[in-house]
Amino acid sequence: MSTQRSQNLQLNEHGRLRHFLTIDGLSRELLLQILDTAESFATLPGRPVKKVPLLRGRIITNLFFENSTRTRTTFELAAKLLSADVINFNISTSATTKGETLLDTLRNIEAMHSDMFVVRHAQSGAAHFIAEHASPRVSVINAGDGRHAHPTQAMLDMFTIRKHKGDFTPLRVAIVGDVLHSRVARSQILALNTLGVSEVRIVGPRTLLPTEARSLGVHVYHDLAEGIRDVDVVIMLRLQNERMDGALLPNEHEYFRLYGLTDERLENAKPDAIVMHPGPINRGIEMDSAVADGPRSVILQQVSYGIAVRMAVMSMAMQSQADLGTEA
Amino acid sequence: MTESTLFMKHDAILDLIRGMAEVLRNRLRDRALGDPAMIGIHTGGAWIAEYMNTMLNLGQPSGLLDISFYRDDFTQIGVNPQVRPSKIDFDVDGRNIVLIDDVLHTGRTIRAAMNEIFDFGRPASITLVTLIERSGRELPIQPDVIGLSPPLGLNDRIKLNGPDPLSLEIFHGPRTGR
Repeated sequence: MSTQRSQNLQLNEHGRLRHFLTIDGLSRELLLQILDTAESFATLPGRPVKKVPLLRGRIITNLFFENSTRTRTTFELAAKLLSADVINFNISTSATTKGETLLDTLRNIEAMHSDMFVVRHAQSGAAHFIAEHASPRVSVINAGDGRHAHPTQAMLDMFTIRKHKGDFTPLRVAIVGDVLHSRVARSQILALNTLGVSEVRIVGPRTLLPTEARSLGVHVYHDLAEGIRDVDVVIMLRLQNERMDGALLPNEHEYFRLYGLTDERLENAKPDAIVMHPGPINRGIEMDSAVADGPRSVILQQVSYGIAVRMAVMSMAMQSQADLGTEA
Repeated sequence: MTESTLFMKHDAILDLIRGMAEVLRNRLRDRALGDPAMIGIHTGGAWIAEYMNTMLNLGQPSGLLDISFYRDDFTQIGVNPQVRPSKIDFDVDGRNIVLIDDVLHTGRTIRAAMNEIFDFGRPASITLVTLIERSGRELPIQPDVIGLSPPLGLNDRIKLNGPDPLSLEIFHGPRTGR
């Protein structure tokens, strides 16, 4: 799928966010607008009534073709905090050909007058496909498609980084682990480069790093200590067992010995470096519990911020429907 | 091009606010509305609230409301990316609230503000103070204390600039853009 095409698909004629499918093709200004909007939503949990009436009367459908607890729950919570009504569909892919299944499902749920679909699918490009075929009054948010993209996770990570570090431009960020299978890493790399960080590194064994790595605008490291030396942010990725179809690793114990993050190894990063992980963590495989629960870990903040960022994306995408309204 | 004229300058506006503060003080006393707390609506109302707060020696910072999430025209204009978080550091429950805005026009902003205040708690009362009251009400909302009701044409718009110096500007002709 070309950048041009996805760019056109994601933005309406006023340049506003219509669907949120990938970071690819979105401007720095738009990413900052998402972060700024999320900033005000992030203050809501401190209030007696945590909801705002912004999307009252709207219907948002969570369309999950792949299992997820955390992402689905935070999307559901975000929608509810915007006062939208939420329907959850957990659809396991069956033997039917995917195109037909998706289109059929789409038409059925459109007939239920949904205003927004939040889509997770094991197939790369599924959210694009739905966005291309959805009616003009429906917005599509990608909640993870295959190995392709997970843009709301990337934006909540950017939000967390900005909360702790402020300016993006001087930052060195290391993404450690199974980059090859990670849609999160792909979206993070795009977002970090769009926001203009000083350096993005990917760290892992050769078998778990994509061969096209250098064209992504990253520096490649195979040694963990070297890879995280003097970085401001360490992002650990989950080992994607469910997405591995070859014998890419000797075993998990060996992986931890070489790439597991321990307090001792973290000494190589800057003293004020933060440690992030998209969850769920495999303790003792990607990182030591001492690191996961340690003072530099911001993993639980990522979860909380995820709600505010998803509220921002949802309300902004719904705005494109407002643009439709004024033209009618 | 929209034409604009300067309507009032800083010192005159401060005099107006001082007068309003006096009227408010008397009103609160006459109605036995003790221990009032101020809430200003972003942005102009917040500036006026700051000035009045100092004049009345209320001794606690005024609250700030950005009503963007509570607007009734979201379906027409969408969410404003420059939303500032609302900040009310006192307990609204059982409190006599003084709600302050710069211009009272359709009344929709005040409705949205009251909805938001009730999400912070149940106030004992809300007293509405506006610097400028103009015609064009679309909802049954009236101010308790006003600074001035200048005669304005249907297509005229009045805007408070500030916070230091304050100035009131009138724009003539139909509104262009947002």
